[in-house]
Amino acid sequence: MAHTQTHFELFELPVSFELDLQELSQRYRELQRAVHPDKFANASEYERRLSVEKAAAINDAYQILKSPQRRARYMLELQSVSFDDEIDTALDPAFLMEQIELRESLSELSQKDDPLASLNQIMSDIKKRISLVVDEISRQISSEQLNDDEKRKVKQLIHKMQFLNKLQQEAEYQEENLLDVI
Amino acid sequence: MALLQISEPGQSTNPHEHRLAAGIDLGTTNSLIASVKSGLAETLPDEQGNHSLPSVVRYCENEIIVGEAAKLAAADDPLNTISSVKRYMGRGLNDIKELGGRRPYEFADGDSAVPRIHTVAGDVSPVEVSSEILKSLKERAEASLGGTLSGVVITVPAYFDDAQRQATKDAGKLAGLNVLRLLNEPTAAAVAYGLDKQAEGVIAVYDLGGGTFDISILRLNKGVFEVMATAGDTALGGDDFDYAIAKWIMDEAGIHDDTSHHQMRRLMRDACAAKEALTSADVAALNIELDNGTSWHGELTRELFNQLISPLIQKTLLPCRRALRDAGVDTTEVQSVVMVGGSTRVPHVRDKVAAFFQQQPLTDINPDTVVAMGAAIQADILAGNKADGDLLLLDVIPLSLGLETMGGLVEKVISRNTTIPVARAQDFTTFKDGQTAMSIHALQGERELVSDCRSLGRFALHGIPPMVAGAARIRVTFQVDADGLLSVTAREETTGVESGIEVKPSYGLTDTEIETMLRDSIEHAEDDVASRMLREQQVEAERVLEALEAALADDGDLLSAAERNEIELVAKKLIELSKGSDVRAIKDGISALDKSATEFVARRMDGNIKKALAGHNVNEF
Repeated sequence: MAHTQTHFELFELPVSFELDLQELSQRYRELQRAVHPDKFANASEYERRLSVEKAAAINDAYQILKSPQRRARYMLELQSVSFDDEIDTALDPAFLMEQIELRESLSELSQKDDPLASLNQIMSDIKKRISLVVDEISRQISSEQLNDDEKRKVKQLIHKMQFLNKLQQEAEYQEENLLDVI
Repeated sequence: MALLQISEPGQSTNPHEHRLAAGIDLGTTNSLIASVKSGLAETLPDEQGNHSLPSVVRYCENEIIVGEAAKLAAADDPLNTISSVKRYMGRGLNDIKELGGRRPYEFADGDSAVPRIHTVAGDVSPVEVSSEILKSLKERAEASLGGTLSGVVITVPAYFDDAQRQATKDAGKLAGLNVLRLLNEPTAAAVAYGLDKQAEGVIAVYDLGGGTFDISILRLNKGVFEVMATAGDTALGGDDFDYAIAKWIMDEAGIHDDTSHHQMRRLMRDACAAKEALTSADVAALNIELDNGTSWHGELTRELFNQLISPLIQKTLLPCRRALRDAGVDTTEVQSVVMVGGSTRVPHVRDKVAAFFQQQPLTDINPDTVVAMGAAIQADILAGNKADGDLLLLDVIPLSLGLETMGGLVEKVISRNTTIPVARAQDFTTFKDGQTAMSIHALQGERELVSDCRSLGRFALHGIPPMVAGAARIRVTFQVDADGLLSVTAREETTGVESGIEVKPSYGLTDTEIETMLRDSIEHAEDDVASRMLREQQVEAERVLEALEAALADDGDLLSAAERNEIELVAKKLIELSKGSDVRAIKDGISALDKSATEFVARRMDGNIKKALAGHNVNEF
C-alpha cells in the first residue's frame, strides 16, 4: 500500500521522457470517459465526489506528462530529486546575460518603430530557445536511472526552462498590452 | 434476478426508464427550453407556438408576468419591468451599467451584497428575477412533455466567473429545478453543431448574445469535445449596440441625460428596432416620441451604424486572439468558425469575424436555438437516458483562481484554461508566534493586484494550535467541479484542523438568504412544505437505490458474498424507511447506504480506469 501510483502507471506508459503525445492524449480521453462526473450525474453523493477527484487527478497527471518541462521535473522527482532548494542550480553566465538582454528588449518595445513586429521576433526567438532546451533534456534523460551528474545537469536545464517560460509569459503579457492600445 | 423491489405493483422501477430532461438557454434577451424527443433535440413552444421567451419579468401588485406580455409593458411601466437581468447576475451595485448617467431601475439600499431592485411587489434580487423566467420555462416544458422534469442543464456564458455561475445555479434551485449541470454556451453550441455535421478537428465558436460575448476554441475527436481555450467579455453584447444607437439619437435629438425612465425605455426599444432593420436594409427611419409630446425624425444609415459599433466589435477580436494563443493554434488550423447568438446576424460582425479568421464563418445553423439544443443533448445524457453514449465534454475554467498574499498581491493557484474538474493545493504558514487563526481570501482574475481581481469570498481557519511563526503547515485546496464552481478547503497538516467553504461569492446570496427565498416561494404556492420535503426524499431514495441496483448488476463480482449481503441489508432498510413518512430517517438511511457502499464504489471506479485502458490496448493492437 505504500506505493502510490505514478502518472506513468496511471496511463500505463513506460517511464520515459520521449512520449508519443498522440498516444498520451488518446489514453487521456479514454480515462476521462471512464471517470468523468458527467458519467455519474445520477450516482450517490460519494460516487460523484470520487469521480470529481479521479477526473481532477487524471487532468493533473495529463498536464504534467504533456509538458516537457513538467514531465522532466516529475521524472527527477520520482528519483527523489528535490526542487525546494536552489542548490546546484547556478546557471552559466552566458545564459543569464542572454536572459537580461531579452528582458531589456521586451521593456524597450514601445520605443520601436513597429513594436508588434519586434515582439513577434522576440517571441519566436524564445520559442526556438525553448525547443533547444527540450532537445537537450531529451538527450540527458536517455536512461531510466540517472546518475548524480546527469540529475544535476537536467535540473539545471529545467531551471533554464523556467526562465524561458517566465519570459514567454512576460512577452504574452506585453502582446496583450500592445494590442489593447492599438 | 431483480435485487430490490422498491415500489408498489404497477409503478415502474425500470432503471432504464426514460427520464424527462431539458436544456435551458437562459439568455440576456430571450430564453429557450429544449428537450430530446425520439433522439432529436427540439426547442419547446408555449401554447401560442412561440419558442423563444423574452427574458423580461414584470412585477405587478398581485402577479408576476414573464415574457412577451412583460416586454410589451416595458415602456409604460419601466421601473417594475425588468429586462436583461442576466447582466446583474453575481454582480455588485457598482458593476451595473448606466445609460446617460443613470441606472435603469431603482435599486434598494440594503446591507446585502446583492443589488435589489425596487418594484411594486417589493425588492427583488437578480436571482429571483431569473428564477421567474426559469419557472415559466419549467411549466412550459412540463405541460409540453407531460410530466415532471427530473433534471435540467442550464447554459452560462463560458466567461462567467464563479459568482455569476453560483447565482445562476441558485436561480435554478429557487425555481424548483434539479440542476444537473451548468454548461458553457459555446460548448453547448459546439455539441449541437458537431453532432449535426459530424465535424472533427479544431473549431472556433464565436458567441455574441444580447449581453455577453464568448469565444471558445475546441478540438472535436470521436465524440470528445475538448475545450482548448476560452475568452470573452461578460458585459458586451447586442444591448451595447442598442446603447450606442440610443446615445447617438440622444445627441442628435437633444435629449438630455436626466430624461425620464419612460423616455429611456422608448429610446432603447426604437434603437433595437433600427439595429434589426439594418440587418437587411441600408437605412432605418427613426421616429422618436419625446416627453414634451412632440417627436423627432431622423435616419440611421448602415454605414453610420457600422461606425458606431465598430469599436465594440473590435473589443471581441482581442479575446479571439488570446483564445487562439492560449489554445496554441493559429487561424489556419481552425477548420470552421461557428456563429452563435442573435448579434451575429449583424452583417458588420460577420465581416469582421471573417477577416479575422480568414474564412467565411458558418451561419447556416440557427444562432438563436443552437445553445438550447446542445444543452438538451447534454441533459438527456446526464439524466441517464443514453447509458453508453460516446459524447464527452471536457471544459475549462475561463479565469485564473488565486489567493491573496502579503502586500495585496494575488498568488495564482489555478490558471485560466485549465481543464475541469481540477484540484490544486498550496501550502502556507503562520507569520506570527502563537497565531491561531488565518484568513483566506479567494480571488478570480488575471491581474497581480487584489484590487484588480474579483473577490470571490473570504473565510477563516480557526483553531490552529499555537506554534512559533512558520511552524504550522496550512494546506489550502482549491477544487473546481464540472460546473466550473469553486470550493475551498483548508487544513492544518500537523494537527488535522480542517475548515471548508463553498465559496459564497462576495456578490452572492448567503445560504440563509436562499433558504428564506425558498421558504417564501413555497408559502406563496400554498404548498405543504412537509409533504414536498417528504416527496423529495422519497424520490432521492428511489434514485439512490436504482443506481445501486444497476451498479450491483454490472460489477457485483467485485464484492464477496458477505460484503454484498451487508450492503443489501442497508438497502432493504432504506426501502422500508422510504415507505414511511419520517423525512429525517429517510435522509439518514440514504447516508447509511452511501457509507456502506464506499468501498464498492471505490473498487468500481478503479475497475473503470483499468478497463478504460485495457479496452484501448485491445483496439490498438
